[in-house]
Formats: sequence, C-alpha cells, structure tokens
Amino acid sequence: MRDVAVLSFAQSTAARETERNEVEILMPVVREVIAASGLERSRIEFTCSGSSDFLQGQPFAFVMALDAVGAWPPIRESHVEQDGAWALYEAWVKIQTGEVDSALVYGFGKSAAGNLGDILAMTLDPYCVTPLWPHADSIAALQARAWIESGKGSERSLAEIAARNRAAARSNPHAIVSGTETVDELLSRPYVASPLRAHDCPANGDGASAIVLAAGDLARSVSKRPAWIRGIDHRVDPAALGVRDLTRCRSAELAAQKAGVARDKIDIAEIYAPYSHEEAILREALGVPDTASVNPSGGALCAHVMMSCGLQRIGEVARRILSGEADRGVAHAAHGPALQQNLVCVLEGD
Amino acid sequence: MVEPVKSIVTPIRLEYDYTPGRATSRFLRGIAQHRILGQECPSCLKVYVPARGSCPRCAVPTEREVDVQDSGTVVTFSIVRVPSENIHFELPYACASILLDGAGIPFFHVLQGLAPEEVRMGMRVKARWVPTEKLGPTIASIECFVPSGEPDAALETYGEHT
Amino acid sequence: MAELCGIVGIGQTKLAAKRVDVSMPGLVREAADRALLDAGLGWADIDAVVVGKAPDTFEGCMLPELYLADSLGAPGKPLLRVHTAGSVGGSTAIVAASLIQAGIHDRVLTVAYEKQSESNAMWGLTISAPFGVAVVAGAGGFFAPLVRGYIRRSGAPADVGIRVAVKDRLNALKNPYAHLHLKDISHEMVEQSPMLWDPIRLLEACPSSDGACAMVLAREDLAQRAPTPPAWIHATAMRSEPTMFAGRDAINPEAGKMAARDLYAKAGITNPRREIDCAEIYVPFSWFEPMWMENLGFAEEGAGWRMTLEGATALDGDLPVNMSGGVLSSNPIGASGMLRFAEAAMQVRKQAGEHQIEGARRALGHAYGGGSQYFSMWIVGSEKP
Repeated sequence: MRDVAVLSFAQSTAARETERNEVEILMPVVREVIAASGLERSRIEFTCSGSSDFLQGQPFAFVMALDAVGAWPPIRESHVEQDGAWALYEAWVKIQTGEVDSALVYGFGKSAAGNLGDILAMTLDPYCVTPLWPHADSIAALQARAWIESGKGSERSLAEIAARNRAAARSNPHAIVSGTETVDELLSRPYVASPLRAHDCPANGDGASAIVLAAGDLARSVSKRPAWIRGIDHRVDPAALGVRDLTRCRSAELAAQKAGVARDKIDIAEIYAPYSHEEAILREALGVPDTASVNPSGGALCAHVMMSCGLQRIGEVARRILSGEADRGVAHAAHGPALQQNLVCVLEGD
Repeated sequence: MVEPVKSIVTPIRLEYDYTPGRATSRFLRGIAQHRILGQECPSCLKVYVPARGSCPRCAVPTEREVDVQDSGTVVTFSIVRVPSENIHFELPYACASILLDGAGIPFFHVLQGLAPEEVRMGMRVKARWVPTEKLGPTIASIECFVPSGEPDAALETYGEHT
Repeated sequence: MAELCGIVGIGQTKLAAKRVDVSMPGLVREAADRALLDAGLGWADIDAVVVGKAPDTFEGCMLPELYLADSLGAPGKPLLRVHTAGSVGGSTAIVAASLIQAGIHDRVLTVAYEKQSESNAMWGLTISAPFGVAVVAGAGGFFAPLVRGYIRRSGAPADVGIRVAVKDRLNALKNPYAHLHLKDISHEMVEQSPMLWDPIRLLEACPSSDGACAMVLAREDLAQRAPTPPAWIHATAMRSEPTMFAGRDAINPEAGKMAARDLYAKAGITNPRREIDCAEIYVPFSWFEPMWMENLGFAEEGAGWRMTLEGATALDGDLPVNMSGGVLSSNPIGASGMLRFAEAAMQVRKQAGEHQIEGARRALGHAYGGGSQYFSMWIVGSEKP
C-alpha cells in the first residue's frame, strides 16, 4: 500500500444557511483547504465528493458543486451518494492504483433545509417500513432502548455523554450547540423519543468540509508533519433492524479491526454519533481506550451536517495530528438507520 | 396461490426551505426592478447571467455587477411537444438558448409570438415582461421572449455559444 | 504499479418498461445472480460491492444501497455507492475496477440499476426550483438544442438521426435482453413518429426502462481461472467539466475529448478507428452517435455523420457501434452506462450471441451524463494489455 496523508482540512457549519446556497458555502471551504495544503490547485489530480440529492430536494444536486472546484480544464472527478468520508475512501483507492498522487475531497449538505428526521425515513425498506414514516429519532430511540435494556448503560450515561460533548463544543467555533449543563440538569428535560432527550439528538445544520490528500513523497515535500492514513476500512450491516443485535455494531467492529485501530495507542477519537447512545456503542465497537480523548470537537451531537459530518471527523483528527497536538487517532463515519454502515480511519503523525 | 402484489403506492411529501443563494438573490432582486443583472468574471471578463457567484471556468468569485440588455440572439432552440405536469405552456412551444446583448453565456427561456416552425438560429428576440405591478423576484417576471423584428444575427456573432 | 483486472462475470436483467414481477431487491439480485453464475462463483467469493444508480429521487428511496445491502450479499463487506449523473453505470464499474487495481480486493461485485416504473423520472427531471420557470420537459428538452447546433455546424443531412435510430433498433432485435423489439422498424416509421423535442422524434429518443446490470471483477491470477476467458481492462478514464461557462462547447465537450485521449494513451492506441474493433457508446438520442464519433476521435470534427451514412457503424461496418441496440433500445438510466461497459466486455469474451462481432479483440465502452459534462469510458480486450 502507498503512504497517503491528509495535508489540510477546512469546514463550514451553521445552524441554518439562509443566504448562501451549497456552491456558495463550498467555494471558500475549497479555496481554504487548497491554500492550506501547500499544493497548487493545478497539482491536484483527482476530485471526489459526497452529497445527497434528497437533502437538496432535487436530482443531480451535486453537479452544480463543480462550479466551486474549478473543473476547467476538465478534471478527473467522481462522486459518491454517501458521506464525504466515503469520497475520501474512493480518493484513497485512486491514489493506491498509482494513477494519481493527490486528491481534493469534499462533502456538503443542508441538513436543516428540510426536516431531516422525516427525510431519513426514505432510507428504510420502501415497501414495508417507509410507508409508516418512522422519524429518525424514533429509530435511534429503539436502539437506545435496546442498549439500556441490555444493561450496558442508563439514561444517566446518555446524559453524561451529552454533557461532555456539549462542554467540548464550547471551544469549537464550528459547533452549532454547546452547553455547560450538569448531568442532572439534562436529565430533568423532557423526552423527544424516550429514552432520548433533545440533547441526545443531533443539532442538524448546513455546511461543507474538505480535505486534501497526497501520497508519500509529495506529502513530505509540502508538509512537515502530514497526517498519515495508516488504515481505512468500511463495512455494512443488514438493513432490517430486526436481524441485528442493536446493542452492538458489528460492521464498525469489523472495520476497526481491518483498519488496525488496536495496533497502537489512541490519543484521540472522533466518532460520528448523532445520538448519545451511539457514541457508547461505537466506542466499544472501535475499541477506543478510556485514556483517549473522545469527540473533543463536541461531535455530531453538537454539529450534524449530514454528508459532511463523517469527513469532518477525519478532518478533526487530522487537524490535531497536523498541529502536533495528537500522535495517533481514530476517525469514524456512519450512515444508515441505527448505524448500519461504518467507516473507520486511523491517522498518525511521523 | 396467493395473488401477487405488483405495486404499492406511497405518496411522499417533503418540504424544503429553498435558498437561491446570494448571487441568485441579487439577480432576482434585479428582475423585480425590471433589470437583468449579470456578474463579470474578474479573470476572463465574461459576463454570467444569471450569475451564480463564480466563474466555473476560472474558479474565482464574480462580484462586479453589470446590467445586460433584455434583447438578444437565439443561439439554438428546440420545439417541445412533450407535456409535463410542471410545465404550463401550450404545446408545441419553442424553448431557446438566448445570448442576451452584453452577456457572455446564453440564457434559457421560452419563445412565443410566432409559429414554432418560424423559429431559427440567429433570430433577434426581446423579453416580454409581466406588467410592472406584477414584477417580482422570480424569473417568471419575464413571461417569455418574442421576436424583436431586427434582422438575424450572423453565425460568427454567436457561433461559439451553440 | 496497478494490478491487472479482469471481468469474469456479466449479468443483466431483461430490460422492460415495467418489471412488476420483481421488487427493487429482486431486480438487482437477478443481475447479480447471473453475473456470479457466469463467473462460476458464489456470494462468499465476493469481497466488496459497488452500487451505482442515477438520482435517488427517481424511485423515491434515499441511499437505496443501504436497503439493498442484503439482496446484494453485502453485509459484513464494504459497500460503495457511486452517483455521477448519467455516466454513473460506467463510473461505478471504474470504481469497482480500481479496488482490484489498487490491490485492495480480490473479487468485487458491481451492480447498477434503475426501476423507473416505480416513480416518475420525467417529473423528477423537471422539478423546478422556486423563483424559476420549468422550461423543458425531461432530458430531451436539454439535448435537442445541442443536436440542432450540431446539425447546423456540421452540415449533416437531416436523416442521419433516423438512420442511427433504425440501425440500433435492428441490432436490438438480436439482443434478447433489449427493451424495445420493434420488428417492423423502418426509415419511414422513425420519420413519421411524432416530433417530441424538435429536431428529436419519438423514435430517435430512448425509452424509459427498468433494469439492472452486474459484473464480477477479479485480480489477474483469479481471472485467469475463470470458466469463460475474462475481458481484461486495458484502460479506464473519467473526466468532468462544469455545466455552463462562457465559451463552453457543449456539442463537442472538452471533457469527452480529454478522457478519450487519456484512454487511448493508456491503452497504447494511436489510431482508434483501426485499433478498436467495436464500440458501445451512450446514445440516448440518435444524433449523439455522430456527435460522439467525433468527440471520441473516430472521425474528424464535422465528419461523424459520414460514418453513419457510409454504414461504418453498422454491425458489418469497420467500427460497429451499439451492437446491443444501445440506449436507444433500453434505458434503465442508472444501469445504462454499465450496460455499455458490459457489452464491450461481452464482445471480447465472445458472449454476445447474435450481435457478436466476429473477431472482436478490443472494445470500447462509453457513458456520459449531466449536461454532456461527465464522461467515463473503458477499453477491454481478449488479451492482456
């Protein structure tokens, strides 16, 4: 395998973008990430993005995003209808083929332009489940309830996770919500979908994020301390909730194993967990040690821009490695009802 | 033998708050004032209309606003005979790529005021606006384009836009 | 250095206006089962699955690959979902191939599909954003002005489009999977069919189909052991350009020319017309055959229509084009690009039955999408590159 590193990361998140459209949000993010990479735009050989037409409410919504990246002369480009983390995976594969040495990756979406909880009902079995219109919070609550009933945690554990993320988010300028509430204060609030309360559910927002990748020597030539991708893997579980043990996440376990999370120490973990209980399930599945700092950004609970959020997790880990703040970390992205699909990326500094 | 279920109908209704964006908002505000605003690329100096805030060719933001004319040349066209629920023009009708005078990129709209078979490339046309009191921030403020009566433009003047 | 990748299994469903006999999982499963059967492999032999389809809004299922994971044997495996507009079937195959070429996986299943009958794709294509006016219905309204521009620019005789339409429908009669089997197709029949988006007539346009296509790709040593000799991937290329910008040539787009140049360079081809035995290209409206002949470098600019007129693109011509009947005979949008790529592979594997080109050793598969701005293509051969 070729050595591939993250050179730079940029992001934009907001509770609601009522003035800028997707291209206008994306353009400065792309400019910033390229400038920070140390590579000229013309030296970036591949571009890959992740987005969802259902978030924008129109087909081929990603096409306009080409305006933001400067696709002239024509570029080698691809798009996944998945989170930007999977776009990063495709770009990493492309670099592995030896065809290119560098890539621009971005993910974007407006999770707050429609009612995300209702829109996500469209990801379920279209014949037998979608017609019931289950809200995303309700699906998550089923999993949270199963987790609590299994004895792995309690509503108090959920509140503890939420409180820690909200406190961490206070130092993240890209967070949409943050707070200093005590666990008891959070527990006194009403349910949204029992056992989940509002702070156990994601703060949906609009935004974009981008990363520049480069292979071995090219990365070393422009960066003193690139964030090397030491392992990356993704797996999917069956769709139907009834056939899965909801108290654990097998596809995340498998991806973590393949990505080599346990091979060395972990300083930091950024986990895509838009619901409190998901962080606990995933922490166990990924094998994140107690000593690691988990979601120092405040995570998806405090800023959830679907289609960008997973790429942001990779970016948040990479950012801390690039700055020397951390040496080795794990980033995680998820998709689908009750954590059906999971991607794990291990990053390391020299 | 159970009768097979061959299809089910699930009505879907999702609501979105649509954001045209800053550049398009400025364009639409212009339309409400009977103006067609384009934006000039600082690099290649082409005028985009409607502007989307950037020049996709040069990948730079476009900020300088320029008025373009509401008259132009038919660059290419199609006669549409296919109905669609979303379209309220009477069939058949002509839709055309129109290079507005002062613009660097053609603009798509409907041509009326002549028989479809009379439409031709190079034809000069002019916007027909809704009455002033009905002007609003929507492209529908331009009802359609109609022939202006000027002589046809030569292919060299618009050929690169076909 | 990239690993060699071979296509060892190919499967497609019967393409039809409405496949009410199968659900969406049933449709993709039908194609995947056939590809595995062709490869002599079982589900456990597959390491990863790559799915492609056009906009999710077409069936009203968001990220449908998640729901389809079970029917594609994906649980426990990596599952990727590609979407690059109309070129998606081609790009999906290219992404799947790159997983082998990068040395990451041994065998990959790739599947593309569309079940247009489950929703209203024409409506889906014409959704207009607020503050706008829906000006044209469907893709034809967008592409008809380009066709008119081509005719004007090249001086092509008016009936070239009709000839392509007849040729591809005659080819479809030899393809049992094709959606349209118009037994009495003729020049007059196309000419007299209703004008939809002038200058495009009904029979010069593609139908709307349900269908799926699947392929199994394998690493060199495994491909060599396949029950039917594999099609070897000689080269792949993808290019994109923005929808509109000042001075863009949408009739002969630079992205397509650039992708073709890159493709031929990688495959060591200097004279594509002579060195490629047949081509299966994305022609949703008949006039796109001559347009793409020029864009792909098979003809000089402005001379693509002569190839059609001279019969060069017929099954017995020097460069047969769209042997399967092409998109003009079957258009399950998301799968259409992969069907082109698969037909090229079937030709060099001698699996094309009645539409087999004798002695086809090297074939081109091509797809495009968006406003003629996304291009993906590959060259496959019966011999290793």
